[in-house]
Amino acid sequence: MNAEVLLDDAGREVLLTGNEAVARGALEAGVNYAASYPGSPTAEILEALAQAQKLYPDRLYTEWSVNEKVAMEGAAAASFAGLRSLTIMKCDGLNVAFDFLTSLGLSGTRGGMVIAVGDDPSAHSSAKEEDSRYLGRLAHLAIWEPADSQQAKEMVKAAFDLSEQMGQPVMLRLTTRVCHAATNATLGPLPKGPAPQAIIAPTDKFITWIEGHKAQEERLLGAVQVANRSNFNRYLGPDQPEILVVACGPSFHYAHEAVEELRAKAEDWGLGSLNGIGILQLATAWPLPEELLLGYLKSARQVIVLEEIEPFVEDYLLGLVARNSSTLGQTVVYGKHSGHVASSNGIGLGELNPELVYRAIAKAIAPGALAPVASTATPSSKPSEAGEQPSFPGRDLAFCAGCPHRASFWALRSALELDGRRGIILGDIGCYSLAKGRTGFNAFQTMHAMGSGAGIASGLGQLWRFGFSQPVVAVVGDSTFYHAVVPALINGRYTQSNFLCIILDNQTTAMTGHQPHPGTGGGAAGDPLPPVPMEQIISGLGLPFTILDPFDIPKATAGIYAALQQPGVQILILRQTCALIATKREIRPEVYVDPDLCRGYNCSCFNFCSRVFACPGNIWDDQRGVASIDQSVCNRCGVCISLCPAGAIKTRTEEDVSHEQLAS
Amino acid sequence: MSSSLVNLVIAGVGGQGNVLASQIIGRTAVACGWKVASADTFGVSQRGGSVMSHLRLAPQGSYGPLVPPKRAHIILGLEPLETARVLSTYGNPHTKLLLNPRPNFPLAVLIRERSYPDLHQLLSHIRNQSSEVREIQAAQLAETAGTLLAQNVVMTGALAGTGWLPFPAEAYKRVLNSIFGSDQSKSKKLDLNLYAFELGYQAATHAAQAS
Repeated sequence: MNAEVLLDDAGREVLLTGNEAVARGALEAGVNYAASYPGSPTAEILEALAQAQKLYPDRLYTEWSVNEKVAMEGAAAASFAGLRSLTIMKCDGLNVAFDFLTSLGLSGTRGGMVIAVGDDPSAHSSAKEEDSRYLGRLAHLAIWEPADSQQAKEMVKAAFDLSEQMGQPVMLRLTTRVCHAATNATLGPLPKGPAPQAIIAPTDKFITWIEGHKAQEERLLGAVQVANRSNFNRYLGPDQPEILVVACGPSFHYAHEAVEELRAKAEDWGLGSLNGIGILQLATAWPLPEELLLGYLKSARQVIVLEEIEPFVEDYLLGLVARNSSTLGQTVVYGKHSGHVASSNGIGLGELNPELVYRAIAKAIAPGALAPVASTATPSSKPSEAGEQPSFPGRDLAFCAGCPHRASFWALRSALELDGRRGIILGDIGCYSLAKGRTGFNAFQTMHAMGSGAGIASGLGQLWRFGFSQPVVAVVGDSTFYHAVVPALINGRYTQSNFLCIILDNQTTAMTGHQPHPGTGGGAAGDPLPPVPMEQIISGLGLPFTILDPFDIPKATAGIYAALQQPGVQILILRQTCALIATKREIRPEVYVDPDLCRGYNCSCFNFCSRVFACPGNIWDDQRGVASIDQSVCNRCGVCISLCPAGAIKTRTEEDVSHEQLAS
Repeated sequence: MSSSLVNLVIAGVGGQGNVLASQIIGRTAVACGWKVASADTFGVSQRGGSVMSHLRLAPQGSYGPLVPPKRAHIILGLEPLETARVLSTYGNPHTKLLLNPRPNFPLAVLIRERSYPDLHQLLSHIRNQSSEVREIQAAQLAETAGTLLAQNVVMTGALAGTGWLPFPAEAYKRVLNSIFGSDQSKSKKLDLNLYAFELGYQAATHAAQAS
């Protein structure tokens, strides 16, 4: 985090990510309660607010909640008591909280409540690219979407005001290129003085009931008027544009750049000055500002809609044009339906970028002047999208060097081989999701939402009555266990299902940046909170469990094998701290390969350490024909020492070092 | 668009510290009164995959956070294969390049399904595509500074040393101070990073004199 987020220095211009800007905006708006479950791309919002809690403990409470539904319920509680609250999640988390959200809109709220949701177009750090605007609309919320950090910061403040005006939550839709982009932002003043008194009067009632529906529809009409006047809907261009570009989120900036480029080329293409193009940033994604849009649609004969993931605004605009066809005349709407806004992967797939936007606008105003889109060319980890040359090997995602998950999946794979009954592994959501690929030996046969692996296991464990005889293993993370696994375990025990649940306990929420959870203890702001040990919960469920160290591969393998032979629901905890935390916490001895002992290519292991175990720390020294350790990558877990059949991998003790120094 | 806009792409592998290098450069630019838009890759994308940071730096104006294809003015390459990959998409004959030539092997190479390109050929391929290339032996310099993990800060120092961006070394160091020096317990980390920065800075200056 950029520590400047917290500076009490109004007027200063700093570089903030969108996430930091949302946190700063909430602070400037006097937020009192913030709760979240970590998810990319929004995990860093609560992290910044947790740091703020250390500075302003009387004004702000922050919490990493056990899941998104509980986070939203806590934030609603603060709102009921008249405080300003913020709840933060990724699109998948909104699904978890959605049942409560559809009720909350009907019951209404009191203190300003903002729900910040991160969508991840191109799924840079996600399993799916979901468009949360549809859920916000279904819950009858006002939805706003910023283009950059400065706007995100101001928008949060205005969203608190709108929430109080409407008496219901306001949703902020953020995408990856806002959350994880950084732009200049000017700090505003932080509120001074005591926080408001939290109180719920006897007359304050927040009850979900069908009568609330009518009030909610009326509140949305009010939000339309706010949207029609909102300064967040920025417009660049002539009063009566011939061509209107409607751009949502960061595509506003891409559109601006594309139009400038096209103007520079317009003469060559015989297109005139292109002064008739107007760009409208549609920041109020729902409800849409009809009056504002119709004002521009009167003159615009061509409309180009730029938005990330689904054609949410485009569909609405098509309807708006159709409803007003008698006054508007012929208006053509270009976007995803027309095929103008499409990545090389297909229509509606992946995030927008400057090239896609340039081509979409060029195709609309000068059809035939451009070749089809060649590559999406966005910063992406996915080799298929990285625009690479065929001669370069791609780069699969991999467990970090020294990651306990690699050892766990090796042990699990070995145990299932020994068992020989074609046992199946059900995956779940976390770093260990990568086990669907080569880094986890392609372990998973199912992978869905958080906690779903255990629920699916509970179902499969009932199928013996239909001849199903394969062992069933659900693999979950520690944070996932608390988030959504417990109900499935209760179900499994109660219905007398048969499966093994392995909890990969790396003692942190690793994927999103090492947030605490109930098993680790400690609050968001580092405040001392005693842990809720998973052993106590599992014991309370009446389920047998064993704790093993995945780095001890023979014992872990034997333990998994033994558990597979037992009926009923079995629990195995494979506990070993995340490599990225462990290496910061302790200094481990250096791991190295003794080149005299390594048997090289001719060893019967067939390069086990690098080729099969596939730890990025285990590399091959082609010049000498022996294994080697990349010291800039190795996290010194030492697991490869136990796996090398030649005993060639060793740790360098202080004694070794002093011997070498004497020898040299 | 304004001719004073600088598009910079940092190419590397998850875990090499792209995001920190991007933060240092971006915050230095803002502290010097410039406008910045940058985009980093976080989360699962960091786990051993190809990662890029995009930075758009300009004295004035506002830009989207992504660099358009073929428009990089500068590429900061933390790893040769990733540099070649990024160069092919974002580079043009005028792109300047600062390169750490130390390879980091992809999973497909470790598994022996693919081979890492011949390093000499890869480096000459990279040199042929760029108007100006400076190689910095960041691994050796980082080791001298105290840890191989500081290669990213060495390369950031080297970028400052090239003079390709108009920001003084002191401005970068003030940002390093605010990142690593907020309390006493961190002073060792600050010293290490300032040393790594300085070694990179000197190396780039010498590389310029040699060429």
